[in-house]
Formats: sequence, structure tokens, C-alpha cells
Amino acid sequence: MSDLTKLTLEAALSGLKAKDFSSVEITKAHIDACMDAADLNAFITTDFTNAMKAAEISDAKLAKGEGGALEGAPLGIKDLFCTEGVKTTAGSKILGDFKPQYECTVTENMKRDGMVMLGKLNMDEFAMGSSNETSAFGPVVNPWRKGEDLVPGGSSGGSASAVAANMCLGATATDTGGSIRQPASFTGTVGIKPTYGRCSRWGIVAFASSLDQAGPITRTVKDSAIMLQSMAGYDAKDSTSINKAMPDLSAACGKSIKGMKIGIPKEYTMDGMPREIEDLWQQGIKWLESCGAEIVHVSLPHTKYALPAYYIVAPAEASSNLARYDGMRYGERVEGDNLYDTYERTRAEGFGKEVRRRIMMGTYVLSAGYYDAYYLQAQKVRTKIADDFKRAWEKCDALLTPTCPSAAFAVGRKLNDPVTMYLNDIFTVTANLAGLPAMSVPAALDNNGLPLGLQIIGRALDEETVFAASSALESCAGFEAKPEKWWV
Amino acid sequence: MSEKNTGVTAKTVEKIARLSRLHVEPDRLAYLADEMNGLLAWIEQLGEVDVKGVEPMTSAVEMPAPLRKDEITDGGVRDKVLANAPKTESGYFVVPRSVE
Repeated sequence: MSDLTKLTLEAALSGLKAKDFSSVEITKAHIDACMDAADLNAFITTDFTNAMKAAEISDAKLAKGEGGALEGAPLGIKDLFCTEGVKTTAGSKILGDFKPQYECTVTENMKRDGMVMLGKLNMDEFAMGSSNETSAFGPVVNPWRKGEDLVPGGSSGGSASAVAANMCLGATATDTGGSIRQPASFTGTVGIKPTYGRCSRWGIVAFASSLDQAGPITRTVKDSAIMLQSMAGYDAKDSTSINKAMPDLSAACGKSIKGMKIGIPKEYTMDGMPREIEDLWQQGIKWLESCGAEIVHVSLPHTKYALPAYYIVAPAEASSNLARYDGMRYGERVEGDNLYDTYERTRAEGFGKEVRRRIMMGTYVLSAGYYDAYYLQAQKVRTKIADDFKRAWEKCDALLTPTCPSAAFAVGRKLNDPVTMYLNDIFTVTANLAGLPAMSVPAALDNNGLPLGLQIIGRALDEETVFAASSALESCAGFEAKPEKWWV
Repeated sequence: MSEKNTGVTAKTVEKIARLSRLHVEPDRLAYLADEMNGLLAWIEQLGEVDVKGVEPMTSAVEMPAPLRKDEITDGGVRDKVLANAPKTESGYFVVPRSVE
């Protein structure tokens, strides 16, 4: 039965529909895989009892020829999504045993469509991190290995690791500066951050509200299409939700890209970037050309300012969003000498080091005397970055870039140097600042046998082109490598 | 960003920590000041960008803020609201004294 964990989501859904196997069988197979892979630390909370109950309900529906787009499929949920009655931590101690009394819109949509939820996946605390090492529940280990434990990337490290290790058919994730695409690149999986406003943020623990966007991590481009179609949709409860129909994403996969103009931004390179990433990028250009795409060279001159702008905007929004964790209405409270002391001790003990660092930075850049110099300047630079893309769209339909400047690195390697850690997101963060859809597709293994991804960035609301180009890239790359199973 | 960052001092960190409602032990202030200065030195490069006449970007979606009717659409869920509170009594949150 263990073969059921090797299926793509697409194949699993059609097998369930054809009654080749039941949801109970495929769910049980994944629960076993999750238990075998406990050493990867991908889950914070498992919910296997309810998963088996949900599988039985799905089987009853499937038996009658009913069921939704995800009916009976065992999936994982990043622990940033509030799930009714199931502990939600955001990777932090400060929420204690918080059990949401409501369901966030994204997982409500997926439950409506018949998802079987296996549990809540590990992540960097409040999604602040690029290696999954800031989690209060310990680091997640990448199933890909090189003599030592490697990070799965972050912040959606649990999601990426679980999908790469066949612990679930797909997982939800969120992306504020690259938190879907960078872990996807590090684990040989596919991940898309859709256009800002496609997935409702209602009920997702907020980090930086103008940048946060949910999306899937899966094993194929088509699987991402299936999941995102279910997750996305207009929601009146999120005032930034876009009320425009999502194109048929599955239909976009495999669509011809003949005549599509693919832009190559010359600024997407970095000192010290391995030669093989540069080579892979050139290979990607050839692949898309061979599918009939036209390559055009474009310039995004403000690219190098994207990360510093991000490290003002995101902490500023975070310092405001995280003000709610005061130990009064939910979460852990540490009693102090008076009200202020209680607030200060609750937050100092509840938040980890990286979260405290970003709250302090955010508070600083918003404080009197520094607001104009830092925050306002960063918002103006953000406009310049968005304008760079608008100019590029006059010449092309989508952009091709590397996803990350490196492959997965060793656990502990970059922990003590925040700027080096932040540079992981250098190629992904621009799409967040401009609100654009962007997808990482596994493209090759490096000389050490570790996966590398390529990224397709599209125009706002043009997920159709992103899926078409990504799916062409996927067929050309023919990436089928899987990590050797060392964790049982 | 016309003038150079003059440097975050231990005193600045103390103030920022207070505004952030984060307890910081006095012997950590200097270390945190160094750390913030390191990050700010990297961020300073934003000052090179000419932003004359550029509007700040405040939203990632190009649409006006939607309006809705001002009406109650939810409520009557007191027990749910209190379900995760660290301390409650008779249907209320219990919090430390805030007015002496």
C-alpha cells in the first residue's frame, strides 16, 4: 500500500474517483509515512484521528459518485492557517495551546472540496525565516541530504519537507518574501505564490499584511493548479481579496507557449552565486525557446533595493500586527509586577529571537524621526520596483529567473548572520513587493545532487501564463529525482 | 534619507524595546544596538534611490478599498471569544489592574 504515497495529487484524485483505492487506504498510507518520517520534524501537530474520520466521509461521498475537487486527498496545512478546534501555533510559543474557534477561508474552501487534513506543518516562527530554524518547535530537516542535515528552506519548511518526503500529496504554504518558492527550490518541489489578493488572508496569522499570500507546495505543476483552484476565491471577509474569476489553471497546464515572450532580467544574478545556477538559467532559456517561446532581454534596475526595502516594510507591518500578542485574550501570559511588566515579560518570553529582532526593527523605522527616512523611503522604492515590472510587461509576458542564489545549506550554517540569511530571498522578494504571481519549478540537481529551481514571474492576475510557462519548463526539465529515503 | 544614520545606542534600544513592549535585560542593550546598526548599515543603500516625485506604494492591489453596509453580521459567541483566554471569570477576561 505504500505506493499510494508516491502518486501525484492528480493521479490520486482520479484513482479515488475510479475507486481503485479508497480515501481510508490512501490516508492510512500517508499517516504511516508521516510516522516513519518523524525525524524530519515536519509536523507540529498531527490530527490522524480526524483525518481517518474525514476519509470515511469522503469514501461515502465517492461511493455515490459525489465529492469535490480534492475529495479524499490527504493534505498538510502550514501551522499559520487557523483550523477550527485544531491547535494553531504559527511556529511560536506565544500562542500556547491556542485552538481557533473558527476556520480560515483557505482551509474552509479546501474542506468544502473534500480535503483530508493530516495535521499542521512546522514553519519559521510567524513565517519569519528562510531556513525553518526559527520555529519554537525545532528545525525541520530536508529529506535531501549531503552527509549532514540540510535545511528545507523557510518559512514553509514543514510543507516543503512533507511534500518532498511523500508524507502528504500536497500542502498549503504562505509567502511573504519567498516562503513558498525558496523551500520548494530547496526540496525539489513546485510552489506558487499567486497574485496578491487571490487567496483570502482571513484566518491566516498575519505577518506583513501587504505582502502575505497563501499558495500550495506540490510535486507537480498540475497538482499546484488543482490545489490553488480550490484555495483561491473572493472573500468579503478580506478587504484586499480580489473579486475576479480565477482562470482554469489545470487547462493552462500543457497549453502551448509558442510565441510567448519570456523576459530575462539581467539583474537576477549575485556575487558568489554558483556557476551551475547561472548555467541552469541558460538551460531554462533554451528549454523555453525549444517550446517556441521568444526570449527578450529586460532590465529591472531596482532589483538590488528590493531586499533592503522589504526589511523595512515587512518588519514595520509585523511590529503592528504582532502587537495583538499581549497575553490578555489568548495565548500564554507571564505575570509581571504590573500591567506593562506583564506585557513585556509575556512578549519577551513568548517570541523567539528573530521575531523580537524584527519587531524592534519595525518599531524603530516607524518611530518619530525615522519614519520618513526609512519607512516612507522604502514605500517609494517599492513603487519603483513595481514600475520596473510594469515596464518589463511592455516587452514580455512572463519572466524567467533562478528561484534562489544557492541550493539547500547545512542546519546552523547561516543562523548567526541575519543579512546572509536574508539574501536567500533576493530573487523571490520582488514579486511580493509588486504583488505578482510567481512559481518555482524544480529543474535540475547540482553537483552535490541537491535540487535547484527556476522561477516564472507573471503579470498581476495572469496565473494562466505562469502555469503555461511553468508547465512547459517542467516537461523540458523532466525532473524526476527523489531524495533517497534515509529517515525510516 | 539625506543624513547618515547616526547609530543606534543602548539608550535607543531601551526606548524601542519599551515601545515594542519587549522586556530586555540591561546587559543585552549594547549587543542589540550593534545588531540593529549592522542591519541599518545594509539598509542604508536605499538612500541612493532617487524617489523625487514618486508616490509611496501602500497597497499591492490596484483597487479602491471596498465599502460594505455598517451592520452587525456576527456575534453572540461569548464563550468562543473567551475559549483561549489565559484567565476568565463569569464570562469576562481577567487582566492585571491598569488604573491605580
